[in-house]
Amino acid sequence: MPAPIRLRELIRTIRTARTQAEEREMIQKECAAIRSSFREEDNTYRCRNVAKLLYMHMLGYPAHFGQLECLKLIASQKFTDKRIGYLGAMLLLDERQDVHLLMTNCIKNDLNHSTQYVQGLALCTLGCMGSSEMCRDLAGEVEKLLKTSNSYLRKKAALCAVHVIRKVPELMEMFLPATKNLLSEKNHGVLHTSVVLLTEMCERSPDMLAHFRKLVPQLVRILKNLIMSGYSPEHDVSGISDPFLQVRILRLLRILGKGDDDSSEAMNDILAQVATNTETSKNVGNAILYETVLTIMDIKSESGLRVLAINILGRFLLNNDKNIRYVALTSLLKTVQTDHNAVQRHRSTIVDCLKDLDVSIKRRAMELSFALVNGNNIRGMMKELLYFLDSCDPEFKADCASGVFLAAEKYAPSKRWHIDTIMRVLTTAGSYVRDDSVPNLIQLITNSVEMHAYTVQRLYKALLDDISQQPLVQVASWCIGEYGDLLISGQCEEEEPIQVTEDEVLDVLEGLLVSNLSSPVTRGYSLTAIMKLSTRFSSVNRIKKVVSIYGSSIDVELQQRAVEYNALFKKYDHMRPALLERMPIMEKTASNGPTEIVQTNGEAEPSVVEPKHPPPVGQPASQGNDLLDLLGGNDVPVIPTTMPTKPASAGGELLDLLGDLSLGLSLMAFYLFDLFKTVNFLSIGIPPMTAYNKNGLKIDFTFERANPNPNVAVITIHASNSTEADMTDFVFQAAVPKTFQLQLLSPSSNVVPALNQGTVTQVIRVLNQQKQPLRMRIKLTYIHKGSAVQDLAEVNNFPSQSWQ
Amino acid sequence: MIHFLLLFSRQGKLRLQKWFTPLSELEKKKVIRDMTLMVLARPPRTSNFLQWRDLKIVYKRYASLYFCTGLEEKDNELLALEMIHRYVELLDKYFGNVCELDIIFNFEKAYFILDEFLMGGEILETSKFAVGGSVEEADTLQEVQEP
Repeated sequence: MPAPIRLRELIRTIRTARTQAEEREMIQKECAAIRSSFREEDNTYRCRNVAKLLYMHMLGYPAHFGQLECLKLIASQKFTDKRIGYLGAMLLLDERQDVHLLMTNCIKNDLNHSTQYVQGLALCTLGCMGSSEMCRDLAGEVEKLLKTSNSYLRKKAALCAVHVIRKVPELMEMFLPATKNLLSEKNHGVLHTSVVLLTEMCERSPDMLAHFRKLVPQLVRILKNLIMSGYSPEHDVSGISDPFLQVRILRLLRILGKGDDDSSEAMNDILAQVATNTETSKNVGNAILYETVLTIMDIKSESGLRVLAINILGRFLLNNDKNIRYVALTSLLKTVQTDHNAVQRHRSTIVDCLKDLDVSIKRRAMELSFALVNGNNIRGMMKELLYFLDSCDPEFKADCASGVFLAAEKYAPSKRWHIDTIMRVLTTAGSYVRDDSVPNLIQLITNSVEMHAYTVQRLYKALLDDISQQPLVQVASWCIGEYGDLLISGQCEEEEPIQVTEDEVLDVLEGLLVSNLSSPVTRGYSLTAIMKLSTRFSSVNRIKKVVSIYGSSIDVELQQRAVEYNALFKKYDHMRPALLERMPIMEKTASNGPTEIVQTNGEAEPSVVEPKHPPPVGQPASQGNDLLDLLGGNDVPVIPTTMPTKPASAGGELLDLLGDLSLGLSLMAFYLFDLFKTVNFLSIGIPPMTAYNKNGLKIDFTFERANPNPNVAVITIHASNSTEADMTDFVFQAAVPKTFQLQLLSPSSNVVPALNQGTVTQVIRVLNQQKQPLRMRIKLTYIHKGSAVQDLAEVNNFPSQSWQ
Repeated sequence: MIHFLLLFSRQGKLRLQKWFTPLSELEKKKVIRDMTLMVLARPPRTSNFLQWRDLKIVYKRYASLYFCTGLEEKDNELLALEMIHRYVELLDKYFGNVCELDIIFNFEKAYFILDEFLMGGEILETSKFAVGGSVEEADTLQEVQEP
């Protein structure tokens, strides 16, 4: 068999290939030749063949059949073989491979080899990719080499020890004795790797940290010598002596000085010296300054030093070099929590960075800007941030919009400003805002009573311009539905009132219904808005026509709404005004602003920590709103609230709502009324009844009269579940006609266990002063087999004893 | 600690790959693909730093080759630029006016030099002369053994 071609030759040949297919063909041919050569156990050319295989592996072709050959090369006595063998091992034989462990013995032997370069190869391979088992087996050898006087081996052993500790942290203790004299070395390689080893140990173990604190003076001395020493050609980088070692020492000092007064005191001077004397014209000097600043901020440094550090960062921000600016913004983000005022001084520079072309810098600047917003600078900052929102890339818009909302909510100087700001966000970045901003905004608008006319006018004008941004359109239609009367009356204090007719407004709303740009949710909003205008406008006939058309819409949601509204027109016209009344001021229960707007992949803490409350499915505190949902579709925003803490008050809130919208609610509760039949009853007890039984959920009512008030009926509901899956987040809600008063106490739990293994009970107290027949409308919500279920039901079959 | 060091050309061809964490072949290929796409897409005159997953990516272009490295959160990016530069200087000293072809045809030498400069994701030797010296001595050892 002819000698296999040389590596160079192969590379040259492969590079002549003009197509991928040609290259693949050459590679396959060569692989076949190499495979047969391996089969022949050819020692002479094994090295050459493996080298070629490694080249082909780099091009992306499979090379696993060479793994064992690498092992054979490592075991060979020739240095050339070992060199290529270990290289192959590092490329092909990581710890996921089965044959990885077979290396252990070879490495062990080579660690004790007479030639330091062979020992070096073994240490390198172990230190780059040794598995935990290998590290455990060979830690002793490494420890031995750590104590040798040969600096070439000592530095390699140190980094190998670092790897061992990373893989098997329990072995850390073993290396402690060997660290005794590490820092007295003169050799920079050994010094550097020793500092890395000490850093690793201190980071992993508080005991080690305490133990090594005594090294602070020695480290300070070494650093001082580096700075003061004369020119050393082998370590010099642009006039600075061994910057790599300087940075590592600074990093170790940071860890040692953190939280410890004495150590921090001991390093104060040297830090000040480095901070003031380091040459900043080149990147290398700035690298050292960067590390120094990080150290100063982390340890217990005196305030003068801290101010020095922040000023260095401020200077960085003005540097022409983009890398320096990026690094400055990152560091300022870390320090903004602790040294807020100092960072504020650089606010204008930071805001300028928003206009930078570099995406990484822009992002950091945005995060930092949000962190710096406060009551004093809100107007100015918001102007800049809104300008940024206009012009930034889509990847930023969602985060920026969330940030703006949050900041506006916290620091808005006036309601008008707040509304203007939100409008600006909706019009410029409307498609990127989060879903919950719509209900939040609606709540804000409702509560700013004096701004209603202004708000609806602005929103109307915005709609005329653009109907593609759904959140904006939804808020606008809701407002027009609510405040349409203000819109056409032409009253507006804040700005020039516009003249608009009823027909124009209805045109716009109908336009939303038919537009392709509108999402189904938006269509729902606009249909409800049109309906609401029937009590505010005079063109009722037109509205009737629109509503009846959608009674046969394909969209089920829309159809249902239209049908209900139709019914309202036809049969319950007398109820219509009350039902479609203006919304009352909604209580703000919890701020549901977005939270992690300034998360930067774990680097900085969020600047505003608002606990995120996921909108729960039907909470008692929002019962009122949900029941309003029962009336007229989902146009009423569900105000997200905190988890139910006092459901006992739910009844109270219900009463309040019954008071406010009493007519509407109570009449709606009646609307599928049947004449109540009186029933003869036995005077012994009141029989229980099944109020609801559907989809496996059965709700029974049991009754008792409360003493001393005979007018109060105490109903206990028992909810049981005959399906095979639990029903979780079970919430029971009830509404009664106006003449009654209802109080709902806390449920026993909100999980109805499967297969009738248990029941959820809840007590309802009904006060029936007028002795009217009892009726109830109930709403059930729960999660079953992963999906949310919601159901409404009428309960009319109350035994007459319960209310007489 | 450095997680990896990659060298690739402007056309995205890999010239050197050094991994300091255990990854499967598939994962390595994904990292290589992501790095080449991200770095080659960067417009000129932007910073040399990127964020990718939980790593800081530092890259620098030297003639037709991109040097790309992945760092951990606590590592110093500016120093990483110096580290890349030092490696280039070492290659330059060894090959004499190094160019991409040198690294293509002598990739194993490039690895040997790298292994005397970095180990386990950390810098092993900070002296410019010591690294070159060790590699040359090892080369001599190789020649002495082979007639």
